Amino acid sequence: MRIKKNIATSENGFIFNPATGDSFSGNSIASEIILAMKTGTEAEQIKQDILLKYEVTPDQLDRDWEDWMVQLKEANLLEI
Amino acid sequence: MIIGITGLNANDNPGPGVAVIRALREEFGPPLTIIGLSYESLEPGIYLDNVVDKTYQIPYPTAGTSALKDRLEYIHEQEGLDMIIPNYDSELYNFIKIAPWLKSMGIKTFLPTHDQLAARDKVNLSEFGKEFGFSVPADYKVNNLNDLTKAAEELGYPLVVKGKFYEAYVNHTADVAQKSFHQLSAKWGLPVIAQQFIKGTEINIAGLGDGKGNTISVIPMRKLYITDKGKAWAGITIEDDSLIKLAQKFVKATKWKGGFELEIMRDADGELFIMEINPRFPAWVYLTVGAGQNQPTALVRMAMGEHVEPFTEYVVGKMFIRYSWDHITDITDFQQFSAFGELSVAKVNL
Repeated sequence: MRIKKNIATSENGFIFNPATGDSFSGNSIASEIILAMKTGTEAEQIKQDILLKYEVTPDQLDRDWEDWMVQLKEANLLEI
Repeated sequence: MIIGITGLNANDNPGPGVAVIRALREEFGPPLTIIGLSYESLEPGIYLDNVVDKTYQIPYPTAGTSALKDRLEYIHEQEGLDMIIPNYDSELYNFIKIAPWLKSMGIKTFLPTHDQLAARDKVNLSEFGKEFGFSVPADYKVNNLNDLTKAAEELGYPLVVKGKFYEAYVNHTADVAQKSFHQLSAKWGLPVIAQQFIKGTEINIAGLGDGKGNTISVIPMRKLYITDKGKAWAGITIEDDSLIKLAQKFVKATKWKGGFELEIMRDADGELFIMEINPRFPAWVYLTVGAGQNQPTALVRMAMGEHVEPFTEYVVGKMFIRYSWDHITDITDFQQFSAFGELSVAKVNL
């Protein structure tokens, strides 16, 4: 699942979908992950980076990642 | 340049006049003189000295073209109009009818034809969709309560009941639908239109056609804040090729001349339904200036005989947020306009 290329993000976590006019407020890590996804970084690599940077177990991260993807899908931010 | 403009009712169901004037002033600056043409003495635009230079009352469309011509002849004698931009649906029939007469007096217009006007009328929208291959909601012309019952059986609930010219209600039961029917038929006449309810995202498109099938400008806008009258109180320009292509298809199919607004509903499957086609600029047309395509200016230039190249780019993510503002004026201004049907509010620099 890839994030749509035209999604705009800002450093403070604001996310804008120019195709629909929808906007969302995320936290800084949401912004960080979306930026990584936009530049084509694979999901596994992003998760590795999060594990290195934050205090989180792999199991917890997997659960959060699934939840994150569901949210992105519901927000119409993923390529179909 | 001296331009007469209608649609000065900048209230909670605003006419496009004030927005059109702002767009023109931004482009043409002080050499532009705006003559407001108003139907009622409480249209806010009459009293805004940075908007209009002078306003004249004109007769309601129901008074007919003869009364309109008499009044415009007088106004033209006083002001020497170069152009008139009508901004209400209900007055367009008359202005189109007198356009050749206006031209003979040296007053330019840039309007669709009567056939174009009739084809996109909400009463004919269903046939229009079939003829040109647009998705439109199923509808039913309702002249009595029996028709309404049949329409409800066919289209189901919620059922949208729309007035012939303005207003629409979403009805969830037969009782409420009947009330809407009586209310709208009493106010706007028959037929009332019963329309299939389409659930989705409301998008509007402001556009401009050159009358030869070319689209000069298209700006799609997603409504962000909608009033209880269904009007956009805030909106944002969006990027979607399917919307641009839809507007271009409309202009090509109809050879539309002038400004227009497509009211679109995008359903969950992404299908674009044309809910209504308005034969003039929308009240939010100033957003087209913010987005980089000044549609009213392009219309004036074409009316003046200039060649205008189609716009190709616009700024995505440009927003408008409408607001209310209490303008203070004096009773003498109101009295002047009410009693004499004309008022000059232009500031005099001494």
